[in-house]
Amino acid sequence: MKNFFRNRLDLIKRNFQKGERFEKFAPALNAFDTFLFVPNHTTQKGSHIRDAVDLKRTMVTVIIALMPALIYGIYNTGYQYYTQLGESFTFFDAFFHGSLKIIPMIIVSYIVGLGIEFGFAVYRGHDVNEGYLVTGLLIPMIMPVDIPLWMVAISVAFAVLIAKEAFGGTGMNILNPALTARAFAFFAYPTYMSGNKVWVSEASNIDSISGETILGSLAAGQKVNYSMIDMFIGSIPGSIAETSTFWVIVGGLILILSGVGSWRIIVSGILGGAFMGLLFNLLGLNSLMEFSWINHLIVGGFAFGIVFMATDPVSAAQTNQGKWIYGFLVGVFCIMIRVFNPAYPEGVMLAILLMNVFAPTIDHYVVNANISKRKKRWSKEKLLKLE
Amino acid sequence: MNLTKSIRIQKGANIKILGEASKILKKNIVSSSFSIKPTDFFCITPKLFVKEGDKVKMGTPLFYSKENPKIKFVSPVSGTVRFIVRGAKRKILELIIDSDNKDSKIKYDVSFGNNEKIDSQKIKNLLLESGCWPFLKQRPYGILADPEISPKGIFISTIDKSPLGIDYEFILKSDIENFQRGVNVLNQLFYGNIYLGVDSKYPGFFENIKNVKIYDVKGPHPSGDISFHIQRISPINPGEKIWTINPEDVSNIGSFFKTGYFSPKRTIAIAGNVVENPKYYETIIGSELKSFLKDSKVDENVQIRCINGNILNGKTESSKGFIGYFNNLVSIIPEGNEYRMFGWLPFFNNKVLSLNNTSLSWLFNRKGSEVNTNLNGEERALVVTGEMEKFFPMDIYPMQLIKACLAGDIEKMEGLGIYEVIPEDFGLIDFSNTSKIEAQEIIREGIELMIKEVG
Repeated sequence: MKNFFRNRLDLIKRNFQKGERFEKFAPALNAFDTFLFVPNHTTQKGSHIRDAVDLKRTMVTVIIALMPALIYGIYNTGYQYYTQLGESFTFFDAFFHGSLKIIPMIIVSYIVGLGIEFGFAVYRGHDVNEGYLVTGLLIPMIMPVDIPLWMVAISVAFAVLIAKEAFGGTGMNILNPALTARAFAFFAYPTYMSGNKVWVSEASNIDSISGETILGSLAAGQKVNYSMIDMFIGSIPGSIAETSTFWVIVGGLILILSGVGSWRIIVSGILGGAFMGLLFNLLGLNSLMEFSWINHLIVGGFAFGIVFMATDPVSAAQTNQGKWIYGFLVGVFCIMIRVFNPAYPEGVMLAILLMNVFAPTIDHYVVNANISKRKKRWSKEKLLKLE
Repeated sequence: MNLTKSIRIQKGANIKILGEASKILKKNIVSSSFSIKPTDFFCITPKLFVKEGDKVKMGTPLFYSKENPKIKFVSPVSGTVRFIVRGAKRKILELIIDSDNKDSKIKYDVSFGNNEKIDSQKIKNLLLESGCWPFLKQRPYGILADPEISPKGIFISTIDKSPLGIDYEFILKSDIENFQRGVNVLNQLFYGNIYLGVDSKYPGFFENIKNVKIYDVKGPHPSGDISFHIQRISPINPGEKIWTINPEDVSNIGSFFKTGYFSPKRTIAIAGNVVENPKYYETIIGSELKSFLKDSKVDENVQIRCINGNILNGKTESSKGFIGYFNNLVSIIPEGNEYRMFGWLPFFNNKVLSLNNTSLSWLFNRKGSEVNTNLNGEERALVVTGEMEKFFPMDIYPMQLIKACLAGDIEKMEGLGIYEVIPEDFGLIDFSNTSKIEAQEIIREGIELMIKEVG
């Protein structure tokens, strides 16, 4: 079978070689080719052997880590819908209902995003980077379930064009593209992104269904009727895949054990969030401040954001020391925004975007400390010589 | 053992590959033609003394360095210059000399008399004239040593932790006397100290060498690389120079000061996962590879790549080619120009060597790996961060330094420590990085820029 595919591909590839008819579209074909086969390229410069890891493998590992949260998110979509309706249902009913809602969003996200990526690759004549495989899955996962598909499409287009390609493509972006997509939708279509009619499937169409996120209710000064177990397992309304802290932790462990996600950012992020939560608990001036710090860590998108968004290596701090500072501040700002600004009950999106902007500054100071240490050594040595 | 310092290195990784050279030394393979490659010396422009057809003796100067005409490069054998290979823009790539199997050599007077005070200038002139000088390399940059200056120290590392690494104790144990003499001569050359690095577990006879400051090193590859020792013991500041030399070349210098004849001895290990009988050979710099490949039974059914040096930072050489000037190891591995279906899937294809946790390579390759030259992916933008630091045991930010080199930002390169590294230190980064960035090449270009702009 391997040879069959290989021969077919080699036949097709002839038309895409230099000087042939479809030369310009070679990057698009190469993307498919390298998806099926690791290419036969050998080392020409530098080290003669290379590690088996490549960007495809790294990105696919992230996708694997996202799967538990996504599958639970699909189930939870159906679960929320049927419990609100008061109908009896099986796991498969819930899963089926969720799939009908979410799979189209994922398809739209991939078609639009990859379409733009392929377009840029052909236009600029470079290979298609794998970064969008993760971004394209993340975007539907952090949207409310009832958002119209065309909004998903526009948000994706905005994120890929403005947040990524405008800066030079994968590896060059300053902001996390998936969060940029969400921020765009959040500010452009606020009625579809907040309130009590968007978080549960069909809530905007059926009157008997409604559901506010826990943070939303807290910000509005209402009581929360969910137990801590609900919050941890994730059987609460919210963006599609963010609700289950448990499954996010499973994904986080995959990221940390495979070395793909930075444990430094995850640990320091949790420390930052806990620190700020505790501080507010001590002050305790309003219901949001009184909301227990542990609950702060397990409701909303905090866990999902820290594990899957803050660890995006391109937009996070790049030095190891910088990662500690960056992660800690993401945690601190997330809880701070939640508590101080009830208009934005979900602080993690803005906290991460804010820290994305400051990550290069953090790195700058960390790297400069290394430079000035070296320069100090130079001048000390000079003084010794003069003596 | 009186240690100056103990260096403990945590970061890095040992890469174990099948086909390590067994400790058998074979001496009687003599090759008929030899080659000296000016490209083995970083940043020199060769100017020829000889032309094709000239008869040369062992020790006859072949060419000198345009940058420093005092440095001469000599013929390792007596014979005839058969061919001068030139590349683009008539750049001289290689001088091929056919041996005439005669023993005509140039002799120098190396006697200093009994009570005569040994003059450093005389030693220097002898080293330059005889062709021994190119054994000395200079930091920063890893260029040839400049005879006009005096370094603050000379470093010799007898540790090789690189893949298929060789055992200097084994190849030099019959040469202890020459090694000590070489050390003594180098000691007369300048005012600083000579530092000798030994393995903490297995120092061998090196611990008895006198007139040196001995330090020991423990840790995985790249703990044997001199850059990491220099930074711990005597870091390089602007304007300071340090010289480095291979252990075997120390004994070559020692041999020269005993006999008065240039000594081009080179012990090489032929090793790699397509070599049936990997072992050591005592031979001469620039020997033809052919006969060694045949003797060590390199698999003839596969397409192979011969590498002068280790597989992380050596130079590709054709199987009809020659041994390089500095390397004690010739690695032979198969070419990997084949497709692997869905080879990028994590936790699949675990036989392919990987230091990354997205593979179970550590479990499947316990006894050593079969490697080939496949790139295992395509070059991409730098995405993953923090992976280079894991394999770079120095107080330097490798990724930031690479980016500064790419941008050609000289001030930043200085600040981030370009003086303290040579391209070879980035071998493991080259190997392990996800984006298949050519780190060594980028650093080499950065260093060339520094030499051009700063000097």
